Amino acid sequence: MTWLEVDNLWVKFPTRNGIFEAVRGISFSLGEERLGIVGESGAGKSMTGRAILQLIRKPGQVSANHISLDGDDLLKMSKQEIRKIRGQRISMVMQDPKFSLNPVMTVGEQMMESYMLLGKKSRSEVRNKVVEALEAVAIRDPSRVFNAYPHELSGGMGQRVMIAMMLIPDPDILIADEPTSALDVSVQMQVLGILDKLVQERGMGLIFISHDLSLVSSFCDRVLIMYAGRIVEVCVADKLHEATHPYTRGLLKSLPRLDTPQERLAVLTRDPEWARAESVSGVK
Amino acid sequence: MSGIVIKNLNVWFDGAEERVNAVKNTNLKIVQGESFGLVGESGSGKSTILRALTGLIPTWSGEMNVTGERLGRHRTRQFYKKVQMVFQDPYAALHPRHSVDQLLSETLRLHGFSNVDRRIEKLLDNVGLGPTFRFRYPHQLSGGQRQRVAIARALAPEPEILLLDEPTSALDVSVQAEILNLLDDLRRAHKLTYLMVSHDLAVVGHMCKRIAVMQMGEIVEIMTIEQMRDLNPQHPYSRHLLESSLGYKRQKEQVPQKP
Ligand SMILES: Nc1ncnc2c1ncn2[C@@H]1O[C@H](COP(=O)(O)OP(=O)(O)OP(=O)(O)O)[C@@H](O)[C@H]1O
Ligand SMILES: Nc1ncnc2c1ncn2[C@@H]1O[C@H](COP(=O)(O)OP(=O)(O)OP(=O)(O)O)[C@@H](O)[C@H]1O
Ligand SMILES: [Mg+2]
Ligand SMILES: [Mg+2]
Repeated sequence: MTWLEVDNLWVKFPTRNGIFEAVRGISFSLGEERLGIVGESGAGKSMTGRAILQLIRKPGQVSANHISLDGDDLLKMSKQEIRKIRGQRISMVMQDPKFSLNPVMTVGEQMMESYMLLGKKSRSEVRNKVVEALEAVAIRDPSRVFNAYPHELSGGMGQRVMIAMMLIPDPDILIADEPTSALDVSVQMQVLGILDKLVQERGMGLIFISHDLSLVSSFCDRVLIMYAGRIVEVCVADKLHEATHPYTRGLLKSLPRLDTPQERLAVLTRDPEWARAESVSGVK
Repeated sequence: MSGIVIKNLNVWFDGAEERVNAVKNTNLKIVQGESFGLVGESGSGKSTILRALTGLIPTWSGEMNVTGERLGRHRTRQFYKKVQMVFQDPYAALHPRHSVDQLLSETLRLHGFSNVDRRIEKLLDNVGLGPTFRFRYPHQLSGGQRQRVAIARALAPEPEILLLDEPTSALDVSVQAEILNLLDDLRRAHKLTYLMVSHDLAVVGHMCKRIAVMQMGEIVEIMTIEQMRDLNPQHPYSRHLLESSLGYKRQKEQVPQKP
């Protein structure tokens, strides 16, 4: 059983207007579960995911009491040890799928390379595995996509390639940053089915960053709601509609609904007090 | 008056080994001032239609007309004053070494606007970004902030037609509500025409009166929002899509346990 614990995480950027605090002292844990993170655009969701894997680019600074994986503090590890964690135990699907793929290598070559890193296998064996992985994420034409370059993929195909690639090392933890935002609802359900299966059957821990409230509420177990670098509320996912924080309530109210048409969508009035309040603990 | 008219449009890509027929025999008529939705399977050719309209794909046949003007191989600057597009992938659409200020001022100058300073402030404010974002570079922005910069840039030339490819998919729903309200206001005030791609059927339902459903390069059905709301489409794929939109159903229920 893998257990990730983040204690008092900060991410800061020096800017021309002083230090900008993108993540401000948040704490949470992740077990064998689907943990959703929702929240304001710019609230620090992606930076939280990246900080866990030490993927914050300079001049950004990360600090925390600890970020521990099964008791070992990731912050105390060497670059090499972290690379090993990244390649094998924790994977991340980035918010910009095409940007994270190598533009001058075909999809198939990149995916084969990831398989090869896991140990010696014959090329044809690996090739079959890659095609299978593409089929699993509902790619209609896996052999064409195998030979395609990233710019030849549609938005949603890029996202699915990224997901397939990040699942290759069979990670204990997957951090997925808006992994299905470019997928039609039908393909989205198939991809979620794969992730769900990994959580339920293999005990994978999943951090699922998303703006889709109804999806998070039906797919996840727990949800952290972030605002201005902090966690303002933690909910049981299927009780998200009963959330009490005014920001979360506001989010729920601004959703367009297919069944009840509105002339105008409700917008939020943001209270400066929300940014000042202490972070809520997401430790379970 | 017609906004966008597409007749027998085919768009293809010639790969090393095979040809990809991304859009096949497509017909579409969008009147001026209408907001039209395009939904469908991932990879079905939605972005390709928008990109063909803006002149980004040379390999097409058929007919495309915009505000009564038939489009040829090349697009003029006047075309881009009239037609703007918000790309699906905002990162690729923004030049990595240009600040938000450079990006917007260039677009404004190119189309001959004066008062550039004031306009930039207004544009940023419109998309909910404060003045502190003006001198940021794309890598210093979150996904949703980038998307809002891309929307601001598309609005900058005050176009008559907006091609919107998943314009709000990277935005939290409160910012999404603000942007959708803004787009609605602009359309009403200036009779703008929108062609909008989205996977979020509720968003399309809110913004559009009619939608086309695409699968494998073809439009399989054009329906009204009322039909969509009643979950009463004709084509089996449209029905499947609508059913999938009702939320995730767990294969088996299991309460996660603390170790
Ligand atoms: N290099 C940087 N310099 C300054 N600020 C930065 C930098 N990188 C990110 N930020 C800021 O950090 C904040 C958090 O960014 P993050 O990408 O985590 O947001 P997010 O919650 O993922 O938002 P979104 O939903 O829009 O993707 C944002 O306000 C962003 O502008
Ligand atoms: N430059 C290209 N070269 C070759 N094939 C391409 C190219 N661009 C797109 N395609 C192919 O054309 C098809 C349609 O792609 P398009 O981007 O229009 O899909 P889409 O409907 O927008 O999908 P999504 O919802 O996933 O963004 C896909 O099969 C894609 O692989
Ligand atoms: Mg993000
Ligand atoms: Mg697309």
